[in-house]
Amino acid sequence: MTDPAASTSDSQKRERLITLRPMAPIVPPVNVSGHALMVVISIMSFLCAMTLGAVTMVQEKAEAWQGDISREITIQIKPDDGLDMEAALSEVRTIALSFPGTLSAQIVDRAATARLLEPWLGEGFDIDELPVPRLVIVTIDESAPPDFAAIRQTLADAVPSASLDDHRAWASRLISMARITVLIGVGILALMFATTMLTVVFATRGAMDGNRHIVEVLHFVGAETRFIASEFQKRFLLIGLKGAAFGGGVAALGFLLLGAWQSSTMATALNDQATALFGRFTLSSAGYVGIVGIIILISAMTAVTTRLTVTRTIREIDRQRADPSLAEIS
Amino acid sequence: MIHFENVGLRYGMGPEVLRDLTFDIPKRSFQFLTGPSGAGKTTLMRLLFMSLKPTRGLIRMFDRDISVIPGEDLPLLRRRIGIVFQDFRLLDHMTTYENVALPLRVRGKDESTYRSDVIELLKWVGLGERINVLPPVLSGGEKQRVAIARALIDQPEILLADEPTGNVDPPMAQRLLNLFTELNRLGTAVVIATHDLSLMDRVNARRMILTDGRLDIYD
Repeated sequence: MTDPAASTSDSQKRERLITLRPMAPIVPPVNVSGHALMVVISIMSFLCAMTLGAVTMVQEKAEAWQGDISREITIQIKPDDGLDMEAALSEVRTIALSFPGTLSAQIVDRAATARLLEPWLGEGFDIDELPVPRLVIVTIDESAPPDFAAIRQTLADAVPSASLDDHRAWASRLISMARITVLIGVGILALMFATTMLTVVFATRGAMDGNRHIVEVLHFVGAETRFIASEFQKRFLLIGLKGAAFGGGVAALGFLLLGAWQSSTMATALNDQATALFGRFTLSSAGYVGIVGIIILISAMTAVTTRLTVTRTIREIDRQRADPSLAEIS
Repeated sequence: MIHFENVGLRYGMGPEVLRDLTFDIPKRSFQFLTGPSGAGKTTLMRLLFMSLKPTRGLIRMFDRDISVIPGEDLPLLRRRIGIVFQDFRLLDHMTTYENVALPLRVRGKDESTYRSDVIELLKWVGLGERINVLPPVLSGGEKQRVAIARALIDQPEILLADEPTGNVDPPMAQRLLNLFTELNRLGTAVVIATHDLSLMDRVNARRMILTDGRLDIYD
């Protein structure tokens, strides 16, 4: 005869022996469409981060050019009959330094002038045989520049063949060009961003389509819309974050490596060519912050799209409820 | 508990698939819904589950007119109904245990509060050895029992089961029927849509027979 106490104890023992795996998440871990979404997000984040980095670099470069040009002015002295060029250069230098707002003045010596003309006149020409103008480069205080009109007037009185070039024409052209370049860059970035967002939205919706049956089951077993939306949002935020971090991370790493390569191979032909074509690949901290911003924005976009898609799916289910012909079609 | 009055339903511009249905489903009642294929059994079950709205007529569920229930209130009302879908609608990434526990989980209950209940119920429907198995590995009959267990786990006020014994052998069908009658004895109203005449003969219950969209009731 069986002892009831022993039988109860056996049953309790069996109950304890049932081992359950940790609860599966409500929304399944990444499936095929989730992987595809992650790849799409990675690629788009990479392209977006590269565009942002390039635009930031162009903008910073343009600002640097502008700064360089506005920091210097040039005084040119044309040779003239009876003009003692060396005395004139020295006088011009003294005049320039006498104005407040000039920091230094440097005469471009004969050797340097010859080097400047070398591309046109070749090596070994005698500078004294040609009426070559000479230059004085004056560094000015950008924050408190000197009175250019007064310098011009004084120069005209003292050395009539001297003329002052404050690079304003150059600077304004360069600034215009830089602004246009930055504007084009911002335009490209905006297009790139819009494309990224649309791609992420459609890819997320596509991935969500494969999970419609889960939304339906959850809805029918009594889950509230906000519960379902938050479960899906959590899952897709993770997918978005992984994809965007990977794409943005690769772009940031690319900038770091290119910058390091340029620094380590300075003065080589390849580096010179690359620098001449593309400039320095150094991205400022603002650029890296921008890349982090892109990662956050794309992840948030994925999560928000998921939430909206879940809400829309549930609305559709309820709309079918109101119009049975839709249910028939589905 | 549920009241239908002159309910009619048509899909789009087609003919009415359900016509002038007037009936009550009282608390603690037990009824079979039967009729030939295409008579509208599944459609009527969907009306009962509020996944369809009637084209005309009045339906009151738990003293509320369903035509004016806002969408956000539906999940709360559905929690009072257990449903067994004809196609089971199990989630393939969840084990038998997890599928059955799902209604409790979405209500925010802690696993420790329902773990033993779920295991007990799974044993009761003969799935004690299949607790950690995923649905793709289960047979049709096993899936059906999981779907039934999921519908019953939160002790609903009414159970709607669409062909719940369609994929099981006669002994298991009898066992499931016993489960439904036991559940009914404990206070749950039961509506079973079925073609199985022998199943209906085993229980002395009300029969709702749908023919060409019209309903005849034999108490």
